[in-house]
Amino acid sequence: MTAKPRENSNQNYLNYVKTQDPPTKHLNNCVSAFLVGGFICSIGQFIRYLLEYAGLSGDELAGATSIILIFLGCLLTGLGVYDRIGRYAGAGSIVPITGFANSVTSPAIEFKTEGWIYGMAAKMFTVAGAIIVFGVFSGVIVGLVYMFV
Amino acid sequence: MQAELLQILLTYLKAFAVGGGICLLAQIIINFTDLTAGKILVYFMLAGVVLTATGVYQPLVEFAGAGATVPISGFGYLLANGAMKGAEKGFFYAVTGSLAAASAGVTAAVVFAFLMALIFKSRTKRS
Repeated sequence: MTAKPRENSNQNYLNYVKTQDPPTKHLNNCVSAFLVGGFICSIGQFIRYLLEYAGLSGDELAGATSIILIFLGCLLTGLGVYDRIGRYAGAGSIVPITGFANSVTSPAIEFKTEGWIYGMAAKMFTVAGAIIVFGVFSGVIVGLVYMFV
Repeated sequence: MQAELLQILLTYLKAFAVGGGICLLAQIIINFTDLTAGKILVYFMLAGVVLTATGVYQPLVEFAGAGATVPISGFGYLLANGAMKGAEKGFFYAVTGSLAAASAGVTAAVVFAFLMALIFKSRTKRS
């Protein structure tokens, strides 16, 4: 960084940053996303085995597994651990259901200061709301298509 | 006994590989397009819905277990699967089936997030 390009505009600088920045980071990103994502899914499998051993099955088993994973995601977000994992893991912590839990809990805690109704409760769905809107809408379409086609 | 242990180990390995693979795919997309986390979640959920409706996702769930159900695409699988099962019972269940199937996840997220908001204070993000 000692040799600054002289007659530079912002664009020059951005190009310069681009040449210096990406290659190694991309690979690291991908490896950590794979490892953390895989690890979270293995934990999910472990919980599944435990609950199966406890006598659950079918829809109940699947539901209880995701409830426990969501609880863990919420708790780790509250403790501030999940954001630290996220900085390292990227998509590995976003894509699993724990990332969904994080996207609900994080604004709920953060916007508590703006009041319980317009702050905590309304902001809770900034990301999850989009998922539920598109999920329900596409789900209804699938249901109707299967009904009539 | 040993064969059983091997079977369990293999299940974990499959869950790890498929779950990790889905996250890897998301990371590659993020790296090349700068999509935000929220958009990635919506797109992967929708992909789960479409793949389930076309019958592609069910074999993946049977193969990888939690590796396919834990990622957000598994949430889409849950929605589409609920709708498809509901469609067999009648019009009312075809419309309400998807959200009914996802109710456990949504309820858990809301209740636990509420509790965490009661317990924890917002902390300054160190980066």
